[in-house]
Amino acid sequence: MNIPVSAATLRSDAAASTGLALSVDRVALRFGGIHALRDVSFSAAPGQITAIIGPNGAGKTSVFNTISGFYRPSSGTIRLGDQDINSIPVHARAGMGLARTFQNIALFRGLSVLENIKLGGHHTMKAGVLSAVTYSRAAREEELRLRDEVERRVIDFLEIDHIRHLPVDALSYGLQKRVELARALAMQPRVLMLDEPVAGMNREETEDMARFILDVQEEWGVTVLLVEHDMGMVMDISSHVVVLNFGEVIASGTPAHVRQHPQVIEAYLGAESVGAA
Amino acid sequence: MSELSIFLEYSLLGLLSGGVMALLALSFVLVYKGTGVINLAVGEIMMLGAYLYYAAVVSFGVNPWLAFAGSLAVIAVLAIVIERLVLRPLSGQSAVSVLMATIGLASIIHGGVEAVWGGDTYTPPGLLPRTPLMMGDILIPGAVLGNFLIAFVLILAFVAFFRYSRTGITLRATASDPVTAATLGINIHHAQRLTWALSGLVGTVAGVLIASSVGLSPLLSGTALAVLAAIVLGGLDSVLGAIVASLLVGLIEALAAGYLGGKTRDLVPYVVVLAVLVVRPYGIFGSRTIERL
Repeated sequence: MNIPVSAATLRSDAAASTGLALSVDRVALRFGGIHALRDVSFSAAPGQITAIIGPNGAGKTSVFNTISGFYRPSSGTIRLGDQDINSIPVHARAGMGLARTFQNIALFRGLSVLENIKLGGHHTMKAGVLSAVTYSRAAREEELRLRDEVERRVIDFLEIDHIRHLPVDALSYGLQKRVELARALAMQPRVLMLDEPVAGMNREETEDMARFILDVQEEWGVTVLLVEHDMGMVMDISSHVVVLNFGEVIASGTPAHVRQHPQVIEAYLGAESVGAA
Repeated sequence: MSELSIFLEYSLLGLLSGGVMALLALSFVLVYKGTGVINLAVGEIMMLGAYLYYAAVVSFGVNPWLAFAGSLAVIAVLAIVIERLVLRPLSGQSAVSVLMATIGLASIIHGGVEAVWGGDTYTPPGLLPRTPLMMGDILIPGAVLGNFLIAFVLILAFVAFFRYSRTGITLRATASDPVTAATLGINIHHAQRLTWALSGLVGTVAGVLIASSVGLSPLLSGTALAVLAAIVLGGLDSVLGAIVASLLVGLIEALAAGYLGGKTRDLVPYVVVLAVLVVRPYGIFGSRTIERL
């Protein structure tokens, strides 16, 4: 199946799952006496790609984990669309359209590619034993059919049809990353968070992944928020870049703006990197 | 009766009783794999289920199958309550604290059962007809055969449930990585609750089956000790390992009891387990990297 066709069919769904804005407003996160995040504010515009960069230990993953709901901010609010999600449990955020991948691939080992992807669609169905009784059969079948369709499209879209019955452990690192992205897409997200999507990839794999991320944003209309160390890739695909250092936002703006920002150059990029990027 | 027939009879009886032990092992492994808790109260929960069944049938005159269903329901609810009131508050505590809590739970249930029913041995009515099966000169008692069949069907159903059903796959995912499961929208508290309920259910089935063939007394909970040996042998977190090792321990028990005398029945399996563990500390099927539930 070639990409343009599946992309076109996906586009028809884009209206139903248009990206939501994600805004982080004056968020602080403390562990005991340690300030992991101080007064962090930024927002990811709907349907755009926003990148968070910063040196190791700058708080990038803390931001992600706070948005996911693993950590409750000490102060400040996180909004998905218009809704304050601070007090919403992790699992319920999936139903609101929040999906993510992890820095260290978090696929379920021992399950096949397809089973992993199917788990992404889990939240779109009424869960539990009782619902099988209380829920009408027709409605259930309709739900299943829709979900199968989404899964099929995701699999075609990411070109992983040939491996769908393999156990994930058997796949190369690059493919595992792609399957994790597929699982996140099967959640039909409105905001997609990618934690270092090309870490450890070679040039070719990185280019493939960058293309998939751009396609996801363009064809599905999903808001993308990513953390990444690969400067070339970040500057190429992002429309907005947020720079963190020591748990604080030191700059944000377009790639061109951030690249010239003196504090960023000092804190993170260094003179040579600016030239190279 | 020839030497061979005697050997076959012992082996067959051993394997058949191992099948019921596999249910109990499953009850244990489910909770360990699904919630990370080593539940040493498995034997007591099973015993309580058997007493409830006995009380309903004999003291209240309820139809055996209805009584069976009732005791299953009560234990499932009890398991959920235990998860909520005892284990969830302890989540994040050290493994030893959690282990101690399950030991405490075991003592409470044990004491409660003795307080209500005393230490006597009762004989609960069986659920299935007890027609013995003759194969040549090998005699298989009906209860043993019936119990094995029930255990076999139930285990198959469980394996299919975990392998193919949506809920089963959700439970496996939660067992293997709760944090990721939560980000996918899986309510992990719900999954853990269900895991405890299922564990209570299989345990109760095992308890009723064992009690209706060997009698019901507070000693019944001790059966779980032999099963613990099987679980360690199979690998703590392996369902397949638990099943195979239960059959093996059942076989070793029966052969030891048959050839070396009844007193060695509880001794020999432990010696074998110890010997295996020296060679393979993670058990026959246990390892850290392969997902097995």
